[in-house]
Amino acid sequence: MSGVAGLTRARVGGPLKLAVPRGALFDDTVRTLDEIGVDVAALHADSRSLVFETPDLALVTMRPSDVPTYVEAGAADLGITGKDVLMEQHDRVVYEFLDLGYGVCQMVLAGRRGDERLGESERRLGTMRIATKYPRVAQGYFERTGRQAEVIEVKGSVELAPLVGLADGIVDLVDTGRTLAENDLEVREEIARCTARLVGNRIAHKLRGAEVDELAERLRQATSR
Amino acid sequence: MIHPIPPGTRDVLPAEMRELRRLQGALGAAFERFGYGEVATPTIEYHEVLGRGDARGAPAAYRFFDEHGELLAMRPDMTIPIARLVSSRFGNAEPPFRFCYFATAYRGVRPQRGQMREFMQAGVELIGPDAPQGTAEIVEVLVAALDAAGLSRAVIGLGDADLYRQLLSDVGVGGEMRDEMLDRLAAHDLVAIEETVGRLEGVSDADRETLLRLPTLRGGPEVLERARRLGGAAVGRATSRLQATYEAVSARGVADRVQLDLGLLRDLGYYTGAILEVYDPALGHIIGGGGRYDELVGRFGRELPAAGFALYLERVHIAQAEEERLASEEEIR
Repeated sequence: MSGVAGLTRARVGGPLKLAVPRGALFDDTVRTLDEIGVDVAALHADSRSLVFETPDLALVTMRPSDVPTYVEAGAADLGITGKDVLMEQHDRVVYEFLDLGYGVCQMVLAGRRGDERLGESERRLGTMRIATKYPRVAQGYFERTGRQAEVIEVKGSVELAPLVGLADGIVDLVDTGRTLAENDLEVREEIARCTARLVGNRIAHKLRGAEVDELAERLRQATSR
Repeated sequence: MIHPIPPGTRDVLPAEMRELRRLQGALGAAFERFGYGEVATPTIEYHEVLGRGDARGAPAAYRFFDEHGELLAMRPDMTIPIARLVSSRFGNAEPPFRFCYFATAYRGVRPQRGQMREFMQAGVELIGPDAPQGTAEIVEVLVAALDAAGLSRAVIGLGDADLYRQLLSDVGVGGEMRDEMLDRLAAHDLVAIEETVGRLEGVSDADRETLLRLPTLRGGPEVLERARRLGGAAVGRATSRLQATYEAVSARGVADRVQLDLGLLRDLGYYTGAILEVYDPALGHIIGGGGRYDELVGRFGRELPAAGFALYLERVHIAQAEEERLASEEEIR
């Protein structure tokens, strides 16, 4: 980015633009939008388009981890993403409006089943090697709990790291725990409970307050049932 | 050969500089019309002097030793240097003082975020007049400056810096819980606010409701009535201050540009009473901010109430370009 970068031009007028997460949160998000009366037929029908115009809302689909980026810059007025993403990108200036309640997962510290390597590394080497896709969440957690850890960022399957000796344990988001079990890993500590959240751009919150509040209220009613 | 410059700094070439100068000229003419005289202060100051202006101690990100071992710092804004200037250079002169400036300021950045370490501010400081008249005057100057820049749709958010500090102390929330609440209010994290409010001990249900509802109130003068209905002495005092400011702003004919906002908090330590932020629909970030800092000049030895604002010049320029583009699109249609 060049110049005074990061200053994306906000869209002026027209319906509010909502960033919709692809991936694990997608189906529940679409169902929730359907419940509050947003026309989501096009989202079901066309899996390759990225932007969908409806009378109420313009929907933009993206990776959950990109949602805070678009919303902070004002390229989307509102967005839905996981608390795990917001924790990892906690310095992004986005307003968090609502816990949508779905997409429940745990952020956990996990190690190999029946293997004391985590504790042993900490005792003998003074530090643990932790592989994760959430390096800032992991680092913050070990600092808060007064422990030293060498946090190794990986992009792909984190479960691999302890199996081949890259790390003593992992910090990762766990849904059913099946992937952990399949890789002979077990939860050692629970770090946080994560759900889908509604976030918004600061300027949209100020300048389109009535529309933002109204949509948040509809979503609150739909998800608190 | 490409020689790098530090991230968060940039070169300005003639085409852009011409536009920036034109923008500065328009803003400067607006400031001058209200009797604000331009001042310049050094880019570097003694660290101890800058630290005096900020209650939290270390305001400047860039510090270094000079050849005599003195600790110097790059100014993080112009408000603190002007408070120093008033106290040292106008110690015996009769207020009010009206100053404006166009100056670079320096702040630390988070990596890879396109934030600027060095940026240009255009602003005014009004030293002497008390609230609400002093506040209303800077709002009027700000509106004139925004109009001069062609940002006729820009909106000024007006809030109160003391509201939550006083409210939390009134309902008996102190220590770590108070800091946690203020952090969460500043981040406008409504989910976390609800979670924290749920953990507060010895707070009545009515006060909990106030803490949850108040940050979401923003809009015209009707929000003051809604805030008052939530009740409480701190809310009563803050809404009275806001009401008085709003009436003074109305008397100057610029109330239609102001949005009252009971959720507004600013992260600089020296604000007291009214605080403001500037938004333009063409940009996803704030383009300026300011407020009252009635105790700041006193920290440099002369007790004088004061208020001011600063616009981020580069952001105003981007918003201006965007507004021009939108206007020309309208014309084509």
